Amino acid sequence: MAEFIASLEHVVKGPVWGCQMCGQCVLHSTGMTCPMNCPKTLRNGPCGGVRENGHCEVKPEMRCVWTKGYERTQTWPLPNTWKDEFNYLRPPVDNRLKGGSSWINFFNKRDKWTPKGWKATTDEAGH
Amino acid sequence: MSTLEYKLTQTTEQVFTAEFPSLDGNGLEKAKKYADRYRGWFDGVNATDNPAAHAHVSNMATSIALQQLGLEPIMQVVCRDKNRLAQQADIVGATMFGVENFVALTGDDVTAGDEPEARRVFDLDGPQLIQLMNTLKRGQYMSGRKIDPAPHMFIGAVENPGAPPFEYRVQRVAKKYAAGAKFLQLQICYHQDRLEKFCAGVKAAGLSGKIAIIPTVVLVKGARPLHFMHESVPGIDIPANEIARVENASDPAETAYQQTLELAKHALSQPSVRGLHITDFRHDDTLDRLMTDLGRVRQAQPN
Repeated sequence: MAEFIASLEHVVKGPVWGCQMCGQCVLHSTGMTCPMNCPKTLRNGPCGGVRENGHCEVKPEMRCVWTKGYERTQTWPLPNTWKDEFNYLRPPVDNRLKGGSSWINFFNKRDKWTPKGWKATTDEAGH
Repeated sequence: MSTLEYKLTQTTEQVFTAEFPSLDGNGLEKAKKYADRYRGWFDGVNATDNPAAHAHVSNMATSIALQQLGLEPIMQVVCRDKNRLAQQADIVGATMFGVENFVALTGDDVTAGDEPEARRVFDLDGPQLIQLMNTLKRGQYMSGRKIDPAPHMFIGAVENPGAPPFEYRVQRVAKKYAAGAKFLQLQICYHQDRLEKFCAGVKAAGLSGKIAIIPTVVLVKGARPLHFMHESVPGIDIPANEIARVENASDPAETAYQQTLELAKHALSQPSVRGLHITDFRHDDTLDRLMTDLGRVRQAQPN
């Protein structure tokens, strides 16, 4: 069943968002651009190498996913909560979830798990 | 407490930091020579981590060498080459030798270097690395396992005021501050208007006094390195008139120096700016000259 859902997710999200099946989808909080398409897989904003035309340092023909994501949070009619989340510090990828369905991980809250040390620092900083 | 931390958190003094040249063969001998040039001028010196995706003497080895040579290291850690386990080992390992200042960077991509066939890691990104450093500083590894006593650390990061998306760069300062960064060294920026807007934005966001902004200037000998940076260094754009000004000058080396001095004075006059970071590609007497022209007095230090 889980495999079937993962395949379904890939078929739906692959062509539209370039989904890389990280298993912990953050698309809604990154301006509806998949950060796993960034060659450096940056989940917290662009690197310092963005070109003058807003394109990627590594792939000059590709627009930086973060230039695109930032633009979309400004211009697309996204829910305000999604826009607010744009600036949240997204935790490191849990590599165990790769290849699985983020839909399942969302509903059973598996994608909310973070390592203990990380969580303690987050709680203390209040973000 | 490191000098850098003391000055930035306990005083209103400006701080000056420099990029230590990367080391290869005969590194320790060269490190001594370089250290003599920097000694007495700087509050901290950056030990780089495979800059521009080229392999060199490691960030930790350079930091320890600087420490032994009487300079205060600022250890850069990039995300390109190592996963979170290796990054933690390096950072905690460096603190064992008394290294306190750390700077978290994403790092240039492997394709910017001379081994573009290498695997890129980027297990963490820049802001995540800042929070990881903050976690270590609190006395825990990422896993929650204790480090007792907690290492004393002063955490910084970087930002590029000169690359798009410009307005978003200021929001990233807030994010990096929230993750635990107390200072930000900026990428070299030849667009004065962009630096102005960035610094004004940091102030408007209420972050002045919370996170120290340290812009970077670079000493070059002529137009060739300007062309190189403009064309080959990701995220650096140099206006054509600034390159032409040096290229068409009767004395390009002198004009390049004056240009750097102007950029340095301009940067130091911006709100939220607490100091300056200097990269020296000239290796001549202009480093001393620049510091003197900025009103600095060389501190005599033993060694």
